[in-house]
Amino acid sequence: MAIVPVVLPHAAASRRRQKQNTRSAGYTALGIVFLAIMLFPVYWMINASLQPSGNTLTADIFPFNPSFAGYEKAIADQGGNLVTSLIISLGTVVLSLLIAAPAAYALAQFRFRWINVALLAIIISQMIPGIVIANALYAAYNDLGLLNSIPGLILADASHAIPFAILILRAFMIGIPPSIVEAARVDGAGLVRAFVSIVVPISRNSLITAGLFAFLFSWSDFLFALTLTTTDEVRPVTLGIYQYLGTQVSNWSAVMATAVLSSVPAIVLLILAQKYIAAGATGGAVK
Amino acid sequence: MSLTRLPSESAPAEREGAPRRSTLPPSEKRRRLRRQFSKENITKVLFVVPAALYIVLFFGYPIVKNVVMSLQDYTTKTFFTGEAPWVGLDNYITVVSSNLFWPSLTNTALFTIGSIIGQFVIGLALAAFFKRRFPLSNFLRSMLLLPWLLPLIVASATWRSILDQDSGILNRFLGTFGLDSVPWLTSPSVALTAVILVNIWVGIPFNVTILYGGLQDIPDELYEAGALDGATGWKAFWHITWPNLRPVVSVVLLLGVVYTLKVLDIILGLTNGGPANATQTLAIRSYQESFVNFEFGVGAAFSNILILISLLFAIIYLRANRRQVDE
Repeated sequence: MAIVPVVLPHAAASRRRQKQNTRSAGYTALGIVFLAIMLFPVYWMINASLQPSGNTLTADIFPFNPSFAGYEKAIADQGGNLVTSLIISLGTVVLSLLIAAPAAYALAQFRFRWINVALLAIIISQMIPGIVIANALYAAYNDLGLLNSIPGLILADASHAIPFAILILRAFMIGIPPSIVEAARVDGAGLVRAFVSIVVPISRNSLITAGLFAFLFSWSDFLFALTLTTTDEVRPVTLGIYQYLGTQVSNWSAVMATAVLSSVPAIVLLILAQKYIAAGATGGAVK
Repeated sequence: MSLTRLPSESAPAEREGAPRRSTLPPSEKRRRLRRQFSKENITKVLFVVPAALYIVLFFGYPIVKNVVMSLQDYTTKTFFTGEAPWVGLDNYITVVSSNLFWPSLTNTALFTIGSIIGQFVIGLALAAFFKRRFPLSNFLRSMLLLPWLLPLIVASATWRSILDQDSGILNRFLGTFGLDSVPWLTSPSVALTAVILVNIWVGIPFNVTILYGGLQDIPDELYEAGALDGATGWKAFWHITWPNLRPVVSVVLLLGVVYTLKVLDIILGLTNGGPANATQTLAIRSYQESFVNFEFGVGAAFSNILILISLLFAIIYLRANRRQVDE
């Protein structure tokens, strides 16, 4: 990876304008090169998934004779796991938003005395290693019969999403003028109704951002899938890939085809919902 | 903790019980309103109860449970008999005296430091590059997020095929320059480096995004004024960019440390802690003791050491963050 000079040379503005066109074309070209280097592994994954031999040794740099045998095997082996992942991820979205949205609103707009303590707890909870949670949940889930269950994984996966969603939503909701809600209250709406009919619609964009990330977090979850399942009953696709890696490394095209299928949500969302993804990428960290 | 000055204090929320302006109703109406408010206080609390409950059950409880388990002989047997005898600090003694403890601690440190430096340097360079506005710059920059959004296990699988000693594209590429093929994931002396390289790749987008935001926040006038004084190029970087970016830098680095300490997916997917334990970290030890050896007590002891280290950096982070907010 090349290192570029870090600061724009501040030549006189006029001179800059003169050179701007050729220069900015050069920057665009350079930017494409950087992006190509960074995304080469993604390209390679797609390329390898389409190779006929199932072995990357003979893999061409481009799939000249694309074969879908890898995908046939991937769907036969992992199709059910993809559906499991989809159900768990959608469940995580619903659960996370139901829990996070009211809390975010309360932390943004109500004057609670312990608000800073609550925010601190949320920030710290984002930092707790997942393995700590998994260690404790395994025993608890074992007693509660939640091992190998979709609700169990939804609840656990929400731990990736809920603190993040609260912070993202609160950052937006802090800007809602209290007068809008008060106006509805004067018209006789209760707090809950005002929240549902006013705050939720206004917060639509940040809810979409939080929901998309909840989906991606849950879809990507590997740790809870690995530790909180013990049988084949419920098997998210991330765990399916891990097991492929243990047994199928000779059949790379099937492994890579599964990897491609598991990347579809991230790729599609990044292209179609770029605005929301960008908002989440900056919002969650430094708020 | 006294370090909790968070942005909330600027919340535009109305003060509880503050007199409401506008149409103050007659006394009878006011009493009814007051009753409604106390009922309303309960409703307000109900807004946060689900989240509070969730955080207590899924973050608070695990921390307490890990501390308790680390003091118990907690094994598979416990699940049948329900008995987990107290063993005091035995698990910690087992941990510290195990011959994997110091290597895993060292590997954790190397993995974290190596990943952070690589992610940060490349991330800053790319952020500075994308700060120049040029056609497609925003689009290219957001596409850069892809490695970060992919499931980590997908990244591991892909890199495993790229790094494969015999058939991987990287060694074939190096071979065209006449270089010997490198046993990236199979040699104990190279595996940790390989794992760090992959983790750098995963972490670059996050660093670019946050640092780009930080660079955007530095006012252009500073550079214009600096240029008049002859501060351009690297000079401008050291005297203008770096001092102004420092708060963001400390946040990125500390968050990076906290996130890197807990990395598990990448290492499990690439090497499973091997070869010959060359990529064992504290998080991997904790996982393997609990879920491979079913020694939950020992696993919990490893976890707690990990939590203590994370907490240390979390506190530094919160202090840095507070300073940033104050400024």
